[in-house]
Amino acid sequence: MDITTQKPAAPPAPGPSAPADSGAARGVTRPGDRIFLGLSRGSGIFVLVLMAAIAAFLTYRATLAISEDEANFFTSFEWNPSGVPPEFGIAVLAFGTVVSSVIAMVIAVPVAVAIALFITHYAPRRLGGPIGYVIDLLAAVPSIVYGLWGALVLVPHLDGLYGWLDDYLGWTGILEWNDGAPRSLFTVGILLAVMILPIITNVSREVFRQVPRMHEEAALALGATRWEVIRMSVLPFGRSGVISASMLGLGRALGETMAVAMVLSPSFTINASLLDPGGGTFAQNIASKFNEATEMGRDALIASGLVLFVITLLVNGAARLIIARRKEYSGANA
Amino acid sequence: MAKRIDVSGLNAYYGSFLAIEDISMTIEPRSVTAFIGPSGCGKSTFLRTLNRMHEVTPGGRVDGKVMLDDENLYGAGIDPVAVRREVGMVFQRPNPFPTMSVYDNVAAGLRLNGTYRKSQLDDVVEKSLRGANLWNEVKDRLNKPGSGLSGGQQQRLCIARAIAVEPNVLLMDEPCSALDPISTLAIEDLIGELKERFTIVIVTHNMQQAARVSDRTAFFNLAAVGKPGKLIEIDDTERIFSNPSVQATEDYISGRFG
Repeated sequence: MDITTQKPAAPPAPGPSAPADSGAARGVTRPGDRIFLGLSRGSGIFVLVLMAAIAAFLTYRATLAISEDEANFFTSFEWNPSGVPPEFGIAVLAFGTVVSSVIAMVIAVPVAVAIALFITHYAPRRLGGPIGYVIDLLAAVPSIVYGLWGALVLVPHLDGLYGWLDDYLGWTGILEWNDGAPRSLFTVGILLAVMILPIITNVSREVFRQVPRMHEEAALALGATRWEVIRMSVLPFGRSGVISASMLGLGRALGETMAVAMVLSPSFTINASLLDPGGGTFAQNIASKFNEATEMGRDALIASGLVLFVITLLVNGAARLIIARRKEYSGANA
Repeated sequence: MAKRIDVSGLNAYYGSFLAIEDISMTIEPRSVTAFIGPSGCGKSTFLRTLNRMHEVTPGGRVDGKVMLDDENLYGAGIDPVAVRREVGMVFQRPNPFPTMSVYDNVAAGLRLNGTYRKSQLDDVVEKSLRGANLWNEVKDRLNKPGSGLSGGQQQRLCIARAIAVEPNVLLMDEPCSALDPISTLAIEDLIGELKERFTIVIVTHNMQQAARVSDRTAFFNLAAVGKPGKLIEIDDTERIFSNPSVQATEDYISGRFG
């Protein structure tokens, strides 16, 4: 049979070299590939093992503490794990952590998105570049420095803001100022907002920069103003990216320790007003109590750390759900 | 609603680079005018000066006059945003808003103009999709994302979006270059129908397409790379393709271009 007519009739026909080919399909294994495969697979497995080990450690020590707890671990306002009998609960810490982080998000997300839009869509290039650079630098400032700034600069200058909030929003009750020192959850929220601003801004900026030119031109050609282009093309395209950025920021806010400890005057109470001093967060509480804690006290702190761990996981899961639900509209398929 | 375009002495720049030089032409209403010419000759740039899209490119700048009936698009106090509402545009690659449904894509321009009444939007969306020969294919999936349609359907969706706001002029920048022959045919048929209502200007690299769809054809050329593009001639399509008055046009059309 003529080989030239055979070829088009049976395209996959391997020809006389078939046995060698099927061997080659399995792949010639080169040492470099094998080493790299081993390294990357090993790293992947290592991360999983590490996560499992941390979870197992937290759960084990937490169980020890919670089984001794005479108060309700989730609802009690007490924190006296070394007492007889031991009584402690995370209600105050959960409230303080969530509330201060929410305040931080409410302040930081709009500002960060606005800065990112300014850099990518409004500022002339020679201004946008340096601003972006400064924001990058802000992300590198250690949190202890933010804490110092918060305690020495922010706290002494908040009377005006607190007075204003009390005048206009005091009637709500939650923003009523009873003339305490401004070392409250609200101040913590402001400080956390400053701290998470750079990371949200940076990620949002990268997302907005990737909006395809043709989507923006689509809006422009319909007679959209610059703001309308942003509303029709840029924000929808960047939506899931901004959500991810916010979750990164929220993760940092939830776990922030030193800066919170330096600004807040902690107490195991939940105040009606966010402007009253007192309250606490998981991380701050662990940092300030760990050194002097008894064995039982440490286990109780670890139990509270486990709750923080779970909250962070839930937040991330929720963010993924939000992003996945709008996937077909995400613009990734265009 | 179609209007006549009258261009005189138009130059367009990218920064200090002169991209097209001294272009003057008249584009008749209710007709299709095709721009042909080699890559880089400035035909797309010229098209984008007709709805002031050229100046959204960094460094983009235009001088000269573009009259839309009695109104100079580059006159003092003319808002480019208002110009783009009168002169619609369809791009080379289909670009429906990926985050919007089919319905919202078509309604986008109307909403920009402040029309929000559901019944009115419904009417215009249906009319525009029918006008773009897309209605029968998408009427059951108006709330699905526009980016889920095929390439040819997406391009017709973009045409529907552009005509929904009843522009006076419709500019098309190589609207079929990313499409297969069947979708291309659908768009060409559509262009034939749309010219009853609009002034249509189309840039194309496909000379058969220019010959098929257009009434008038303009040939652009550039002396050398780095030199500005110029209008060589504009005439009835039949004449351009049978007996052009400039030798360069004939060379280009017959493929003898060097």
